[in-house]
Amino acid sequence: MSGSERNEVTFSTTPEEGLVVRIAGDWRLSGHLPTTAEADRHVAAHPRRVAFDTSALGPWDSSLLTFLGKVTASCAEQQIEVDRSGLPTGVQRLLALAEAVPERKGARVGEVDESALERIGRATLSTTQSLGEFVGFIGSAAIATARLLVGRARYRRSDLWVLIQQAGAEALPIVTLISFLVGLILAFVGAIQLQQFGASIYVANLVGIAMVRDMGAMMTGIVMAGRTGASYAAQLGSMKVTQETDALATMGISPMEFLVLPRMVALFLMMPLLCLYSDFVGMLGGAAVGTGLLHLQPITYYQQTAAAVKLGAVAGGVFKASVYGVLIALSGCLRGMQCGNSSSAVGEATTSAVVTSIVLIISACGLFAVVFYLLGI
Amino acid sequence: MTSDPHITVRDLTMAYGSFVLMRDLSFTVARGDIFVIMGGSGCGKSTLLRHLIGLNEPAKGEILYGAESFTKAEPERRQRLLQGFGVLYQSGALWSSMTLAENIGLPLGEYTALSPSEIREIASLKLALVGLKGFEDFYPSQISGGMQKRAGLARAMALDPDILFFDEPSAGLDPISSRLLDELILELRASLGATIVVVTHELASIFTIATNSVYLDVETRTMGATGDPKWLRDHAENPQVRRFLRRGAEEGEGEDHG
Repeated sequence: MSGSERNEVTFSTTPEEGLVVRIAGDWRLSGHLPTTAEADRHVAAHPRRVAFDTSALGPWDSSLLTFLGKVTASCAEQQIEVDRSGLPTGVQRLLALAEAVPERKGARVGEVDESALERIGRATLSTTQSLGEFVGFIGSAAIATARLLVGRARYRRSDLWVLIQQAGAEALPIVTLISFLVGLILAFVGAIQLQQFGASIYVANLVGIAMVRDMGAMMTGIVMAGRTGASYAAQLGSMKVTQETDALATMGISPMEFLVLPRMVALFLMMPLLCLYSDFVGMLGGAAVGTGLLHLQPITYYQQTAAAVKLGAVAGGVFKASVYGVLIALSGCLRGMQCGNSSSAVGEATTSAVVTSIVLIISACGLFAVVFYLLGI
Repeated sequence: MTSDPHITVRDLTMAYGSFVLMRDLSFTVARGDIFVIMGGSGCGKSTLLRHLIGLNEPAKGEILYGAESFTKAEPERRQRLLQGFGVLYQSGALWSSMTLAENIGLPLGEYTALSPSEIREIASLKLALVGLKGFEDFYPSQISGGMQKRAGLARAMALDPDILFFDEPSAGLDPISSRLLDELILELRASLGATIVVVTHELASIFTIATNSVYLDVETRTMGATGDPKWLRDHAENPQVRRFLRRGAEEGEGEDHG
């Protein structure tokens, strides 16, 4: 045995023996796999047969098998006889084991070259399909809601109360923090501009109107999309993975009524309340800047806000919040119900639920802005 | 046992989109049979079960319960038929937000006029039948996998179904628990007179419980044989079926099973 630490391959060709591959040294995965380029060159010269000499081979592992596997495969391609008797018996048996079952046709998933046109086609098809699924989901959600209204929907009251608690009271801390900071930031941005011409009292108008018209509903919506929408997708997705949804369906209980409906109702009811609360906390944030930094009297700030904020604007914001609530619940539940059968699919469903609901909220917000402007609200 | 057909499958083709998983499946399950769906991994055993309980729709062919077509039934009628089924899923599939008693009580609450206290009594009885007395208020995550499976069985039996479906009952169980489950299945058949459909590839279990079976052949994508597995082991025309039932051993060796 040579004590060399690196693997070594040498080739010698004799007319009577054919190609003799001399394998020596330590074959460890910790080293490098030798390339088969040289071996291929020798095999391409069509020797009569290929034999191995392993008299100087040290310890070996899978790296040697990989190398030999490639060499024997290229020999088989060229129909050259391979004499394996020179290899250690362990290597011979492992090679035989690896070759025992022929490669399953069509099992190998290779890189398939797709033209740009093909990719556009595929993307269009999958978009159309997912749009169809979304519309179908809205349809069955509508049917479930109709059944709820006539009192025929099957769901558990206690589930609904827990969901209401989760989507309502338990969301207060994060909504408080975000709304207060949004109010604060709006006030700062306004203050810098308004102070320049001594109209800092109008910070109250700016914060009040912005919060009730849009920011309250939108910030609550985005917080709830990340908090509750994601949790709905993850819950329903893992129920799909553990076959709990199937178990409901085979009991003759519609998952739409039992799982989706209470979640939609919970968010639809809680979002307007959270939005009102967020409006209020946002104005408090504005007031903190107004009184603390701009030295306005609290009572003045209050009166200015009360004069600026119209009931119509508040109602508009609350209405938007209800719509956002339904959008969040729909996209969270849709992604959860579409979830595949693995834990990574649950992760994808959650991500996609948050993205879908934020996109929907922002689009709806834009649409509302145009419609409200045209209606003069 | 009578030869009264309980489940009839006619020319069933199962497909995912354009990918055909199995074609031309035709077999009959008699009332009171313990019917085993067997075959190698990935041959579509569980998919066939999903077709039988209406979770997947056949690409072709139909499934009949008694003389009535399940495939062509109206949704309301199908719901009614589903109430006569009990399904034990591979992982138990207990609803994780409910206690064991609530899990069993949910179908009872939906389909009977029983009061909550009566429902709870029945749930306790079903749990006692599967050896889980006293676990009424445990959540599924608080008990072991084997216990979850037994609780799943208790839920499957909640409405005293005519047909019980088992998806790989012994998967993930130790040999003793899986044998106890086999004995429970035999006991249920004897006492309730239910028809039982089991998806499994555990030979020991197949020979202990089965009175009838179908073998799904992954190579030819259709059924290899149907009949009593003990008879099929020696007399099946398809050599693949004989090989499967002999654990891959050739004829003449490994005759001993059980």
